[in-house]
Order: sequence, then structure tokens, then C-alpha cells
Amino acid sequence: MATVEHSSKVVLGGRRGGPDVATLRQDRWWVQPVVTVSILTSFIIYSTWAAFQNKNYYVGASAHRDLISPFYSPCLANSCEPGASHGLILHFWTISPALLILLFPLGFRMTCYYYRRSYYRAFWWSPPACAVADGHKEYSGETRFPLIIQNAHRYFFYFGLVLNVILTYDAILAFNQPGIGLGVTVGTLVLVVNAALLWLYSLSCHACRHIVGGQVKSFKKHPVRYAFWTVVSKLNPKHMNLAWTSLIFVALTDVYVRLVASGALTDYRLF
Amino acid sequence: MANVTVRVWRGDASGGDFEAYALEKNEGEVVLDLIHRIQATEAGDLACRWNCKAGKCGSCSAEINGKPSLMCMTRVDELPEGPITVAPMRTFPIIRDLVTDVSFNFAMAAKVPALLPPPMPEGGYVMYQEDVQRGQEFRKCIECFLCQDVCHVIRDHEDNKAHYAGPRFFIRYAELEMHPLDTNDRRDLVREEMGLGYCNITKCCTEVCPEHIKITDNAIIPLKERVVDAHYDPIAWLGRKIRRRTKRSADEAAVQPAP
Repeated sequence: MATVEHSSKVVLGGRRGGPDVATLRQDRWWVQPVVTVSILTSFIIYSTWAAFQNKNYYVGASAHRDLISPFYSPCLANSCEPGASHGLILHFWTISPALLILLFPLGFRMTCYYYRRSYYRAFWWSPPACAVADGHKEYSGETRFPLIIQNAHRYFFYFGLVLNVILTYDAILAFNQPGIGLGVTVGTLVLVVNAALLWLYSLSCHACRHIVGGQVKSFKKHPVRYAFWTVVSKLNPKHMNLAWTSLIFVALTDVYVRLVASGALTDYRLF
Repeated sequence: MANVTVRVWRGDASGGDFEAYALEKNEGEVVLDLIHRIQATEAGDLACRWNCKAGKCGSCSAEINGKPSLMCMTRVDELPEGPITVAPMRTFPIIRDLVTDVSFNFAMAAKVPALLPPPMPEGGYVMYQEDVQRGQEFRKCIECFLCQDVCHVIRDHEDNKAHYAGPRFFIRYAELEMHPLDTNDRRDLVREEMGLGYCNITKCCTEVCPEHIKITDNAIIPLKERVVDAHYDPIAWLGRKIRRRTKRSADEAAVQPAP
């Protein structure tokens, strides 16, 4: 381990300039935290409600469709609707199948560097906005439990990739309309767009950027990793937009499947 | 020519307050022009640092309408109507008026372990363009210390200054860690003594950087991920163990006499 070059002493204290106020900002800095709280709270409330519903998450052969909500896929519980299962059944799990899998996408988003920025600002006020006083007197950042768990982000990323593969498989299955044949419905497009957005969100992730090539010291010695890193680096600046878009779209996908499954909406066949 | 009121914080370590100055503003002026006009006409003793007036020396850092900014790069006509507030950087001890004592940064700079290249090979060191490009962004830093000023870890928690290097020095650590000729391993140092874990990725440093360096995305997060490699990733730890053991076995086999 490298040690400090010169142990120059940092002098603490000293009176600071400017007035002792929380902020001198005159703009509407509070808008962004309010929007973040509104969207994330709405999503949490909706997804919790949807996860406990344990019905209307699958449109099956009786409706000539094969559409499953991303909140319930992979459907691993004993209580899965006929046709919704992906083969593996965990017989001990008798409550909603969504509760079995939502931990992983939730963990991926909770530990995501972009969401951390957003919820630390909006929910924890640490700080609520740049150059606005921190809402807490004490601060230890991500050095202690529980926030030190944020360092597990890459493991949630790996689980996220597995879920993306399954959701892509679901989207491919949605091209098949049992009893009719291959075709494209609105539901097919919804599942395809949802899977694509989740892939883009995952691949633009900072942990992904590090794993594919960011960790090397010399790009010249690792040309393949450099090529991957270059591609992910182009996606990475869009990570914020992809985080919000994929979050909202995954909820909309569940809403769509739920409405079709409950009979409130018809899944139109396009061709 | 329109009029504008500029409220400048005047004072020193014994205290101070805002003083208002009514000025004419001209097209194309920046806030530093107004400060200079105040010095020239109304308050010759107003203290402020400046040098290049071109956004390259990093001297005229202040908080304009509460936002950490360079006075020479903030156009007056782009600010909202109403009085303009100019205050010193909040994170550092005040010396006088808009001048602060930024020696915390020099103490942290002195701690950075220097580049440690391997012995010079025959023909000299070779650096390739793709490796040079990666660190080039970090070398744009003009050391205005606005990122240090806005970072809430030390802005709102003075005691953290003892064990937190701050964004400006994390880009220096990142640059060295990504340098292909560097053999120093600073991951333990940035985790244990430079407080990388205190950063909670709020990206304010990136927002205020006048050189538009992607401090969080390109320096702090890659550094955090390297610390994860070293300390929080059991698969990476296992991989290192296997590689070390394989290398040791190969080395031992190499010194065994052939049967």
C-alpha cells in the first residue's frame, strides 16, 4: 500500500466567511428533490401494491397471448398462474411470486450510483442540493453499515443481467400468440421496449463500465476491453435518462399487462 | 446602460456582513468586472483574488447568488434580475472579504503519493495515445477548488477535513491509479486515510467544475470501483489468490532441477 508522500498537517477550524444561513441560492433548487421524491414514492407505492396483488400478471393461451408482467418474471412460486412459470418451481414459496424476485432489481437500483445521488439528495437531504446545507449534523457517508453495502452494486448488476435475459426471453415468447401463430401485438412491443430499456440501463451502469475495461491500467495492452469500455463509456453519460425511462416503463409494462389480463383492455394485434 | 445592485460580503475572521453597491452594468460584463469597478470607485480596500480573467488561473472562485462559480466566467446578463450576491467560498476559513485560506488543499496535495514508474527500460518509457487520453481530462483542472468548496462532506462537516481529500484530489488519485507506468497501489490509502467512502456521489463537484471535468463519473466512481476490487469483491479476492498461487507454483517449478 502506498503511504502519504508528506504528512502535512491539516489545520481544522477557523471562522468561515459569508452569513450563517443554509444557502444563499436564489433559484428553485428544491424543484429537483421534489420531482425525485414524487416519482420514486409513486413507483414504490405502485410496485408494492402490484407485488401483493398476486393476480392479473399473466395473459395466457386462453386469450391467445403470452404476456407476463416484468414484476412477476421469472415466475418461480408454487402459486404461478398456468403457463406463467419458467420451469423452475420453488414449492415452499406460496405467497406472491413477485416478492421472491423484486429484491434483485430493487437492490440494483438502490445501489446504483445515479439513484444514490438522487435519493441522498431528495430523501436524506445529504445535501438537498448543491451549496445547500446538509440536513444532518453528523455525517459518515458510505463508510459504515448499512451504507457500506452500496459496495455490493456489481453483484446486483450481475443478478440484473440474469433478469434481463429472462425478460428478453419473455419478450421473444410474446411474438407467439397461441392458437393464432407468430405475430406482433401492442403487448409484444411493450415487452420488447421494456427489455431493451432495461438492457440499456444495465449496460450503461458505472460498475459495468469498470468491469468491462475500466479496471485496467493500460488500454493498449487490452484492446478488446478497451473496445468494450469505449462502447459503455458512450452509453454511460445517458445513465440518468435510462434510469428514469426504464423505471417508468417497467411500471407502465406492468400496468398494460394488468389491464389486458383483467379484461379492461384489449391487446390489439398489429400484424 | 442598466443599473445593478451587487451585495458583496465584507469582513474577516472577526465577523462581517453584506454591503450593497449600486453600479452600472455594461453589455458582456462578468461579475469580476463589477468587483473591479467597486474596488476602483467605492471600496478600494475590497479584497479579492484574481489573475487571468480568462477562467484558467482558478483564482477568482466565489459564491455568486449562492452558487460556487468563477467570477470571471459568470456573465452578469445571464444572472436573474435583482441584486447579485457575492460571498466568499464557504468551506474555507476567511481571510478578508472574498479571500479565503485554501491551505487545506495544499496540505492534501502534499500527501498524494507520487508516480512510481518501473525501472527505465532500454529505449525509454512508451505511452500510447489511448492511455494518454484517459488521464488528459483530469489534467485540465485549474485548481479553483470550487469542487472542494461545494462538497458537503467538508462544507458542512469541518471535522471531516482531517480525513477527507476531496474531489480535486480524488481526480489526482484516479489519474495516477489509471497511469499505465505507475506501480504504486493507492487503493488502501484512498479508502482508509483519504476518505473516499465519505463521498456519496451527489455530483455537485461535477456540476460546479468550470473545466467540465466529469469528476464523479470518470474519477470518483472508477476509484470507488477499484476499492471494491480490493476490499469488497470476494470473487476478485479469490481470483487474486488463485493467480498468486499459480504464479508461486510456476516460480517454484522453474527453480526445481529437471529430473
